[in-house]
Amino acid sequence: MSVLVGYDTRLVVQGMSGSAGAFHARQMVEYGTRVVAGVTPGKGGSKVEGLEKVPMFDTVGEAVQKAGANTSVVYVPPPFAADSILEAAAAGIDLVIAITEGIPARDMVRVKYVLDNEYPHVTLVGPNCPGVITPGQCKVGIMPGYIHKPGGVGVVSRSGTLTYEVVGQLTALGLGQSTAIGIGGDPVKGTDFIDALAWFADDPGTSSIFMIGEIGGDSEERAAQFIKDNIDKPVAAFIGGQTAPPGKRMGHAGAIISGGKGAAADKIAALKAAGIAVAPTPAEMGSTLAKLLA
Amino acid sequence: MKIHEYQGKQLLRKYGVPVPIGIPAMSVEEAIAAVPTVQQQAGTDVVVVKAQIHAGGRGKGGGVKVAKTRADAEAAIKQIFGMQLVTPQTGPAGKKVQRLLVEQGLAIEHEYYLGMLLDRGTGRVTVMASAEGGMDIEEVAATHPEKIFREGINPGTGWQEWQSRRLAKNLGLSGKVAQELATFLRTLTKCYDEMDCSMLEINPLVTTKDGRVLALDAKINFDDNALFRHKELEEWVDPSEEDPAEREAKKWDLSYISLEGNIGCMVNGAGLAMSTMDIIKYYGGAPANFLDVGGGATAEKVTAAFKIITTDPDVKAIFVNIFGGIMKCDTIAQGVITAVKEVGLKVPLVVRLEGTNVELGKKMLADSGLNIVAAADMADGAQKAVKAAGGSK
Repeated sequence: MSVLVGYDTRLVVQGMSGSAGAFHARQMVEYGTRVVAGVTPGKGGSKVEGLEKVPMFDTVGEAVQKAGANTSVVYVPPPFAADSILEAAAAGIDLVIAITEGIPARDMVRVKYVLDNEYPHVTLVGPNCPGVITPGQCKVGIMPGYIHKPGGVGVVSRSGTLTYEVVGQLTALGLGQSTAIGIGGDPVKGTDFIDALAWFADDPGTSSIFMIGEIGGDSEERAAQFIKDNIDKPVAAFIGGQTAPPGKRMGHAGAIISGGKGAAADKIAALKAAGIAVAPTPAEMGSTLAKLLA
Repeated sequence: MKIHEYQGKQLLRKYGVPVPIGIPAMSVEEAIAAVPTVQQQAGTDVVVVKAQIHAGGRGKGGGVKVAKTRADAEAAIKQIFGMQLVTPQTGPAGKKVQRLLVEQGLAIEHEYYLGMLLDRGTGRVTVMASAEGGMDIEEVAATHPEKIFREGINPGTGWQEWQSRRLAKNLGLSGKVAQELATFLRTLTKCYDEMDCSMLEINPLVTTKDGRVLALDAKINFDDNALFRHKELEEWVDPSEEDPAEREAKKWDLSYISLEGNIGCMVNGAGLAMSTMDIIKYYGGAPANFLDVGGGATAEKVTAAFKIITTDPDVKAIFVNIFGGIMKCDTIAQGVITAVKEVGLKVPLVVRLEGTNVELGKKMLADSGLNIVAAADMADGAQKAVKAAGGSK
């Protein structure tokens, strides 16, 4: 069992003719993901090197109608990415996973508003995220597939490489993952912790959860309350940026301590108050969950 | 991206947001020459001389002076220009004042606070206002949250006039002043949206004895991700406000922030980079920087990143922590080797490689003959780096 992506996923890659889109499309095919179409406006009917069996279309609508795509992954450059997300939603795609980093906040405010009001059934993951992987079944995004292992730990994270770090640690400890979801480091995004936690709570294939937060915003605090109220499965967590200085943006657009809010200490306190095991260092993420399961 | 107050006010003026009459000056002479012009245009002898640096709290450090005569204004200008201005936000070293704003003095009735930023919870830009102006708004938020009034902006409709009316009522404004406030908010919210602002703070917003509403201060930040839409903002970059290493990093599209410690860090991914700082601190060390080389970096970019780290004289050890996804370990190895060949290596280098092409990367480093301390994992690497930099503090 898994959430979001699996054997049923029929993927369209938006921006497949670009270098990142092409590289990762090949990696996904290699992993076993069913990549059924690629889309780049103006490149319909062409071929992408190493992906000759994947038809290219000008529009997502064609990818849905002619290739039966039900999930989209977006590698389109930042100035055009918001438009691509909305195109996918309008074309009937149910799940849009946006990898693109650097989309203006104003664009995402509008995307979120349109999705909430016109396409409430559409799930957006990201942007600025590593994607979603159900180990052994389907990989959608940019994560290194080989570090994953099928199993029961649901992983949800605001950080890409930190997700690889925890997955690597879990796999080394023999703990496989049901699905790993990167929700991304932007201030305005689709899926948030609470959405992912609710899916994992309902998923019979997920027996425990690891959550990775970071400085900025109050999603982790709200997630802590949600876990306390709704989740019986064991949950461990880590918060990145414990030593980050206030007022400095730590790489991610969303990772900034501003107005005295969003500090790691507050998030850790909220998680601990909710009974969640918090790893003291990023090197002990896997072992913190393992201890909980022992 | 941050800009100066005078630049912010130029932008606001362009959008029709009422701001005081004022002239920016890049030298003492320019500032002195501006005084009679401002006096004449404003029809008052009172002027305010304001230091233009990016940090807040300028008044507290003596960077803002009210002058009632031309002679007083000249004295204030000579005093402030060139001074090393220390505010709660500049750090103990302060910032040298190289730009001034000479502005008209106003007969102020009341000071308010007005701020705009993105509320992540609702996904909407939100206007916040309080009648407790000029004060530290964070303190008001902590002690009297009920005194801050919020209006979220619907992305479909934009700012609505009824929101101005409600806000005016909440702030205790009526009649002509309430109408002035409505104009102010209509133009200000348009500016925020069109210019891709990420933060806009008017503290204080003032009402005057003659019933006007003006922005007495303006602090504006822009969304870095949207700068491609606003090429005109490039000319507003003030290089003297930027850390030289951060400026160099920006050229290479590297995410770099200078810190106080002595362990240089090179990491891929923002989350891992932040956590690398955390684990160094956990083992008693102090990071010299935050550096995310990003996912799609080339060997050239890695070389540039490595050079930025090695030029920091405080760096006593370097910790390279890579979990390759898109970033390939051999790319990192190549970049490091090239950089060391070009600039040498005077401090211990600890490298932890994991992920895509890890074996190739490790082999390249081993074959290079460089004096590298290999680390088994993140904790091992952090401990070795702390030890190499002279142990825990």
